[in-house]
Amino acid sequence: MYEMYTEVTTAMKARTIRRHFRESIKSLGRNGWMTFASISAVTVTLLLVGVFTIIMMNLNKVADDIENDVEIKVLIDIISDPTEAQAAEEQLMEEIRGLPGVEEVVYSSKEEELNLLIAGYGEELSLFEQSNPLNNVLYVKATEPQQTASVAKAIEKFEHTQEVKYGEGKVEKLFSFLNTSRNVGLILIVGLLFTAIFLISNTIRITIIARRDEIEIMKLVGATNSFVRIPFVLEGMWLGVLGALIPIAVVSIVYVNIFNIVQPKLDGEFLQLLSATPLLYQVNGLLLIMGVFIGIWGSFMSVRKFLKV
Amino acid sequence: MIQMNNVVKKYPNGVVAANGISIDIQKGEFVYVVGPSGAGKSTFIKLMYREEKPTSGEVVIAGMDLTKLKNRQVPLLRRQLGVVFQDFKLLPRLNVYENVAFALEVIEENPKDIRKRVMDVLDLVGLKHKVRMFPNELSGGEQQRVAIARSIVNMPKVVIADEPTGNLDPETSWEIMNIFEEINTRGTTIVMATHNREIVNTIRKRVIAIEGGLIVRDVYGGDYGYES
Repeated sequence: MYEMYTEVTTAMKARTIRRHFRESIKSLGRNGWMTFASISAVTVTLLLVGVFTIIMMNLNKVADDIENDVEIKVLIDIISDPTEAQAAEEQLMEEIRGLPGVEEVVYSSKEEELNLLIAGYGEELSLFEQSNPLNNVLYVKATEPQQTASVAKAIEKFEHTQEVKYGEGKVEKLFSFLNTSRNVGLILIVGLLFTAIFLISNTIRITIIARRDEIEIMKLVGATNSFVRIPFVLEGMWLGVLGALIPIAVVSIVYVNIFNIVQPKLDGEFLQLLSATPLLYQVNGLLLIMGVFIGIWGSFMSVRKFLKV
Repeated sequence: MIQMNNVVKKYPNGVVAANGISIDIQKGEFVYVVGPSGAGKSTFIKLMYREEKPTSGEVVIAGMDLTKLKNRQVPLLRRQLGVVFQDFKLLPRLNVYENVAFALEVIEENPKDIRKRVMDVLDLVGLKHKVRMFPNELSGGEQQRVAIARSIVNMPKVVIADEPTGNLDPETSWEIMNIFEEINTRGTTIVMATHNREIVNTIRKRVIAIEGGLIVRDVYGGDYGYES
């Protein structure tokens, strides 16, 4: 007979949901400085996360740019007969294009090469225009920068290649350095995220401990756990949203300003900053989601403890 | 209305607060629970509204077997009960009306009914004219009357009071007792733990004395029986 008593209905009335939202907002005002403390904790940690994420993403971009700038320079054998030379060059290009992992092959004649040198080192070199000692050259780019070395090795085996250069040794060191710094950055961001979660949920817990009486009374007059919990969880969500606003504004304004100052100086260089869109949308979205998630999670976990009345 | 069979409550720290309590309280009774401090009165009270679970034995309140009650079903039990405490347990940020209405909002009552019911019980405890005041603006007696109003607003079958006059001066205590008697005459069962010798000896009711986790005396119309 006793078993006939079922659970308190969990289907919530629309009126109750409205009440929860109203209560959660009222509660922010009622708990004045506690709300302020929680929002400050969210603000400070999200600001750190935001600034750091933007720096890391730009460093990552720089690393990508450096890697992508790596290319293979193939000096073609000098062949005196022009038709024979052309045939050889075309054959070599076809062979290189046929290799796996090759993205792009660009031909540069010895005249173009000399012009590059003249542009780089000065007019004195124009003496060589009479008898150009340079080779015709192929510039080869690998699809993945890491494949550069193996592609270069493969090209060396082809006929009509005099020399294949790609900065052997240096490139490998550069790649491993860039990989290490990317990993270090990732670890730092993950560490920062955990610190943020810990700090924010702790602050929320303190504010909820201050209100344990309220929870106890609700339970004593017959409130279900979810009825007690939902306003707190919604309040945590507001704390996350409010706490994310300042970091979002600061990060956006500062980055746009830095971008406008630095970018003109990098014009034409292979290194570029990430442009504000979509970077800021991504980072700001991350901050907002983190704030909301941590707020909700922190409240949920903290209330749970006091529901056992 | 309230039955306990051989209830034992042993706390994790080894204290045995109930050592085989059996009791039967009928609908509409008014029962005092007396005994020295630390004798197990509070535990006896807490077992009724399931703040504590018995280690063994059976507790049945208003037809619900508390030993079989799941955590999720506890709110159902609480809605059949009203609970009053020595320290009132009002919400300081809510005014008188809101504190009483809270008990109905929490169980998702219809807002139209809430207003009428709240005003009715505030009328009963004589605080209709102070609905907009906050707990810190009220005297101790007035705060306890608000707490009583809250405990009965959902029309419970049983009101459980844990030393409701413990923080009040004698004169105010009598006023509070009048309210409890009034509630009792309307058919609500009342269980009240108390240290107030004068009240027990004047308003004669059933007296249950607990010592060392055992019921040592159970007398209808009995006296307090301890030197205070």
